[in-house]
Amino acid sequence: MKKYLPLIIFTVLLAVPFIGFSTYIMHILILVLMWSVIGMAWNILGGYTGQVSFGHAAFFGVGAYTAGILYQHLGISAWWGLPASIVVLTALSLVIGYICLRLRGAYFALATLALGEICRVTAENLVDFTRGNLGILIKERTWVDKTWYFYIILFIAAVTYSIIKIVMESKLGYYFVAIREDQDAAESLGIDTTFYKTISLCLSGILTGTAGAFYMNYMGYIDPGVVFPLYDISIVTVMVVMVGGAATYGGPVIGAVIMVFLAEVIRSLPHIGAAHQTIFGIILIFIIMFLPNGIAGDYLKLFKIFRKHNRASS
Amino acid sequence: MAQLELFLQTLISGFLLGGLYALIALGMALIMGVMRIINLAHGDIMMMAMYIAFWLFTLFGIDPYVSVFIAAPALFLFGMGVQKYLLTPVMKVESILPHNQVILTVGLAMVLSNLATVLFTGNYRSTPVNYASNAWYLTDIWKGSPIELSLSMPWTLSFVIAIVITIALWLFLSKTDIGKSIRATSQDPDAALILGVNVNRMRMLTFGIGCALVACAGCLFIPIYYLYPSLGKQFTNVGFVITVIGGMGSTNGAVIGGLILGIFESMTATYIGMGWAPVGRFAIFVAALVFLPGGVASIIRRRKLGK
Repeated sequence: MKKYLPLIIFTVLLAVPFIGFSTYIMHILILVLMWSVIGMAWNILGGYTGQVSFGHAAFFGVGAYTAGILYQHLGISAWWGLPASIVVLTALSLVIGYICLRLRGAYFALATLALGEICRVTAENLVDFTRGNLGILIKERTWVDKTWYFYIILFIAAVTYSIIKIVMESKLGYYFVAIREDQDAAESLGIDTTFYKTISLCLSGILTGTAGAFYMNYMGYIDPGVVFPLYDISIVTVMVVMVGGAATYGGPVIGAVIMVFLAEVIRSLPHIGAAHQTIFGIILIFIIMFLPNGIAGDYLKLFKIFRKHNRASS
Repeated sequence: MAQLELFLQTLISGFLLGGLYALIALGMALIMGVMRIINLAHGDIMMMAMYIAFWLFTLFGIDPYVSVFIAAPALFLFGMGVQKYLLTPVMKVESILPHNQVILTVGLAMVLSNLATVLFTGNYRSTPVNYASNAWYLTDIWKGSPIELSLSMPWTLSFVIAIVITIALWLFLSKTDIGKSIRATSQDPDAALILGVNVNRMRMLTFGIGCALVACAGCLFIPIYYLYPSLGKQFTNVGFVITVIGGMGSTNGAVIGGLILGIFESMTATYIGMGWAPVGRFAIFVAALVFLPGGVASIIRRRKLGK
């Protein structure tokens, strides 16, 4: 049963547009799928390889800007951004990997954080190229209806999931986990850790960038504050994975569902809406303290708490 | 001549800025040394101190420089509380992801900056002290000087106070018993524990002192800067960039790193453009990580060993 669960979910999702949900619900579902892709991508690097990144907004934003700039300067459809972002993101990941992956632990996290900020400030200042804070607007939308957007992001999510599944069950995946568990031991066993970490970073970066390019096409407008922010993208990415469960296949998806719904609910509440980051921060602190491996990682612990509670009440 | 004047003026303002940056980074370096974590809520704690100073000034007319004595103890207690109730419990939690405590400080930063936005709105604020635009000019002292240089009074005052606090911290760390225990904890927590140092209490104290230092920096910054809720992130970045330039956890390195960054930033702002100053900050950060991973501290150490 458990083996076929992803397939079942995929099939159910394929049928979703025929149910005739309202545009708003379709929008939420698209966002959930997009965040699942970003979360799964982060999970390759952070969860499996153990390199916590605070700068995934850099990949997301560069992906989005690749699509946007193709449209803005070359006048071709922003959908070309999807394949183009793979090339751009590979290059970017190699550069970032060259600089950051020689660092370990907290140093790496800080370096990625700084790189995310560098990308934001650069996008703000290269006004001729990126239009700075004016942002890039796609004047003609491809579809008004959300169905095709939904299928495209569903396809991307399915591909991402399969890639991660295949990679993690291959030798490569074992190398990644070995690096996470003990880098020195991995190195002494003959694993070229920097090389495999670079592969992990590239995979993670490309998948995040694809999500970014999709975001540009879907939302039709980007500016540096929307696609490069530290809290709203980079940290929310970390939260998606932490809430769902790091280093699990389903974790990021669960996390994305929870985080997107939570964000929508909190934002729609009067008065509290402005404080959504406070609530996110408190949730983050709570998760770190009590559910460090997320819902998918600690579900046994959750069950235990509930069972104890039930027993006490009955 | 105008070129030289501009250059010297940039150098002076960079130096003054660097002294204040050093104070921010000192607290972070201290926390880094003892706890082995980067406190990513550092700038937001500074923002809290700045709001304290701002409200004291607006409501009671207390000079920002005087509010150092109120903000620093308040945030000292706040820091001790954070360490005791948030960071220490997390140390014991087992998880797959490393750097739990760092992520926790990010959560704290989110809460603080967002709460400030909700409570105090996103408006830019400042304390209009009456000496804000006072300055000393070179031509006042040396009549026949070929170039004109100026020294802003609040900047200089803040710089001097920052230096005094830095010296006081240095005396505290090197002369008192508690200071020595803190340094022992920073060098080797296990050995310190065996030798009878209460490591947990030292951690609490260190986090408190780190917050108090950045609170002082906040109070010194407010007469010369403006205040808005999301300002914390910028100064957190400044703090960790300096901590890395100076060498993780080294307080001497933090002071030198602060001066380097201050001068470098004002050079970028003058010669490349205002908006690029943050890029300069991160460029020097990445360069330090790649070419000098041990930071300035490693150079100092090498010098000492060479002798």
